[in-house]
Amino acid sequence: MRLQAEELVVFRSERLVLDGVSLAVPAGGALLLLGPNGAGKSTLLRVLAGLKRPDAGRLSWDGADALAEPAAHGASVGYLGHQDAIKPGLTVLENLALAARLGRRPPADSLAALDLLALAGLPSRLLSAGQRRRLALARLHLAGAPLWLLDEPSLGLDAASVERLGALIAGHRAAGGVVVVATHVELPLPDAARLPLG
Amino acid sequence: MRRFAAVLSRELRLSLRHTGDTLAALLFFLLAGLLFPLAIGPAPQTLGRLAPGIVWVCALLATLLPLDRLFGADWEDGSLDQLLLSGLPPALLVLAKAAGLWVTTGLPLLLAAAPLAIMLNANPAILPVLLAGLLLGTLCLALIGALAAATVLGARRGGVLLPLLVLPLATPVLIFGAAAADAVAGGLTPRPHLLLLAAVLAGTLPVAPIAAGAALRAALE
Repeated sequence: MRLQAEELVVFRSERLVLDGVSLAVPAGGALLLLGPNGAGKSTLLRVLAGLKRPDAGRLSWDGADALAEPAAHGASVGYLGHQDAIKPGLTVLENLALAARLGRRPPADSLAALDLLALAGLPSRLLSAGQRRRLALARLHLAGAPLWLLDEPSLGLDAASVERLGALIAGHRAAGGVVVVATHVELPLPDAARLPLG
Repeated sequence: MRRFAAVLSRELRLSLRHTGDTLAALLFFLLAGLLFPLAIGPAPQTLGRLAPGIVWVCALLATLLPLDRLFGADWEDGSLDQLLLSGLPPALLVLAKAAGLWVTTGLPLLLAAAPLAIMLNANPAILPVLLAGLLLGTLCLALIGALAAATVLGARRGGVLLPLLVLPLATPVLIFGAAAADAVAGGLTPRPHLLLLAAVLAGTLPVAPIAAGAALRAALE
């Protein structure tokens, strides 16, 4: 499993957002996207997820062309965006139902990994911003996709939760997964490659 | 198939939690129907003559109500990204959403249509054909509505655009559906009208999800 992108170019209306970005992450590897606001980190993550089509360039995952079959590529992507994609009307556990049906892990393990087990029956509208972020991370863990694309994953997390996030990513990499993280703050990610943008 | 069932069960779980949306469409349907006796007078024969048309127009308008939130809610909170990354092709994702929409609004409208028609003094003989037409019609409207909702996604004031998109597309459904019930009332066979309605459904079923799927991808770009 290897993520490879070559010469990605993205325009947003008339503005050049990504200008010939190339990257390669091997199995078990981690890549940090760094750069000021507006440098195109989120855009690059959406391109890598197959949610946005680049104007030029190639993207391959596991040897297959990811741009040709975005729906099939999406099945191997775990994407954590700016928004947590949590339905306030459902309980914590119910919010994980879709990922639980498509993934292979028991939901309790993922909730425990983010210290949310005690809140499992709580309506999600009662969660704090940090707890919602942890729930989104639990869903990521539960779905068990091999390619993780994380946009500011530590947003709103307390120090203990950032440690848990580090452990989560380390476990994912130990299992051969690939992770690409856009971040402004230091994360507990040893030996991660760095890609400055902008 | 497993993914399709998973998305569909998510839709149904969400609408079970938000029964207000279903109830709003249903009450709108009944209330709009009740306005007609007030507006055109309670003469039983006039009402009975107009009943199928009234039921059809009210059903058409009631199906517009939940469209704004169909993709809008998921788009705003980022869930649409997750759904598109579930591995389900966008066209099937739209089909699952449209199926959920039909179960939560089309089906309740279908159940309420007979009482409303009887209340408007419709000839009981036309009820089976009226309901058969509405069954095909609400399925068409769910698909057309999903297409329109996906198309206006991300547009400013999309909710205002929705009826302008849906109503012209829905006119064939309205024409054939109301004509089928009228044919029975006039002693003719409703068969050609129902077959044309089925043909509209057969055309909409593949075309609307594919077009809406492409619109969803474009909205997230």
